[in-house]
Amino acid sequence: MQVNQEFRPTIAAFCCNWCSYAGADLAGTNRLQYPADVKIIRIPCSCRLNPLFILRAFQRGADGVILCGCHPGDCHYTTGNYYARRRMTLLFSMLDYLGIERERTRVEWVSAAEGAKFAETMNEFVSTVARLGENRRLEDLRCKSE
Amino acid sequence: MQERVKAKAIELLESGCRVLGWKAGEFFYDVTPAVFTSREEIERDFVFNPFCGANQSKYLIAESRRGGRVAAFLKPCDTYSFQQLQKEHRILRENVYAVGVQCPGMCDMDALRAAGLRGVTGAEDRGEKLLVHTLRGDREVDRSLALSERCRVCKSKKLLDCDEMIGQQGEELVSTRFTEVERLEAMTPEERFAFWRGELSRCIRCNACRNVCPACSCEKCVFDNPASGAENKAPASSFEENLFHIIRAFHVAGRCTDCGECSRVCPQHIPLHLLNRKFIKDINQLYGPYQAGADLETRPPLVDFQQDDPEPSIVGERGTNP
Ligand code: SF4
Ligand code: SF4
Ligand code: SF4
Ligand code: FES
Repeated sequence: MQVNQEFRPTIAAFCCNWCSYAGADLAGTNRLQYPADVKIIRIPCSCRLNPLFILRAFQRGADGVILCGCHPGDCHYTTGNYYARRRMTLLFSMLDYLGIERERTRVEWVSAAEGAKFAETMNEFVSTVARLGENRRLEDLRCKSE
Repeated sequence: MQERVKAKAIELLESGCRVLGWKAGEFFYDVTPAVFTSREEIERDFVFNPFCGANQSKYLIAESRRGGRVAAFLKPCDTYSFQQLQKEHRILRENVYAVGVQCPGMCDMDALRAAGLRGVTGAEDRGEKLLVHTLRGDREVDRSLALSERCRVCKSKKLLDCDEMIGQQGEELVSTRFTEVERLEAMTPEERFAFWRGELSRCIRCNACRNVCPACSCEKCVFDNPASGAENKAPASSFEENLFHIIRAFHVAGRCTDCGECSRVCPQHIPLHLLNRKFIKDINQLYGPYQAGADLETRPPLVDFQQDDPEPSIVGERGTNP
């Protein structure tokens, strides 16, 4: 999105209901600031994140996608985040292999008590993605310019 | 070989099985899987030649549920898919009579063209050699020059889980199948992006790579779902293709046996195996060696975990060349 010449990235943040979503709430009640570019999508567990959702978010205009879940060992469903961790690792590696900027995707474990970590993570992620600019490559992968 | 396989097919038919085999297609090289139910059909149409690349195991999903017994001829790589599909409870093993056929490697037209042959009208199996008929007369070439890519880097000649074998039992091989993946990994992201853009731009979204794949046998596929954003055959946005390729490869990650069918059938010659092998290589490196289909017991890597698995940030940390 281009507002007043300054590039503001669109960030999709998939947050687990039991930890990071509450962490985001806590950041709010503590009046910790993080950019409004972050669109939070609540999911029941980090394991709910189908890799297709990430690609779909990019397709619908996201410039960066982040998944936040309970710390390993703390998943409300005991082991969901361990499976999510493997999937995301493989997916991110594949995106990197296709030449997509690897800083556009990220996983961070944020508990319900870590409001400060949530705000910090988002601030940092937004500025990283803002530096990368608009997400073009994933869309252009098929449009050969030559 | 053709005669031995054909005789076995007749024997099995007469013992009361339907027979899954191959028959000639429109051209000599597009040999097609087919189910035979009569002796006349087998005598007339059954072929087994160096172009029988098709992996038969996928057809056993439906055939093993049709009632009665079905006999199938499986090459070593097919037996990996066969066993993987059993692991996923897709094939009813008790209805299948599996004949393992040892394989000297299958040939394809790409390789013949690369070997400089033009106007090819037919080819005959001569063991180590291939007798190629062309418009300008016959030429004998080494079979090794005519082999398809996947057969040149064959991972195993071992026949798994067969009721009977034609030819000798083989061994797992040391394969160089990851060399090309490594070459891509060593490139800069810009170079990789250019490479894949060049390849994927050719996709016509015919879905052949999905349809042929033994692992891609879901009854309800995400690519048939209009709400998935990646369903169309004539895509409205270029994004759909990228989603398609990434998700297709991801859905078979940990289950893909690297049988090579997807690349074989792609009419646009897109090296889809380079996507699948990237996942296989990553899985091997990050979670320990795993070969899909090699056994019935080991938990597939994507429905398993270790508490000390690496974090996703390892993708950045290990750099482009892990
Ligand atoms: S692409 Fe995915 S959903 Fe479709 S058949 Fe293959 S594995 Fe199943
Ligand atoms: S993805 Fe390709 S190589 Fe892997 S199992 Fe499917 S057809 Fe075979
Ligand atoms: S077979 Fe080839 S052209 Fe057809 S959809 Fe798959 S990659 Fe695209
Ligand atoms: S419940 Fe939070 S990651 Fe599973």
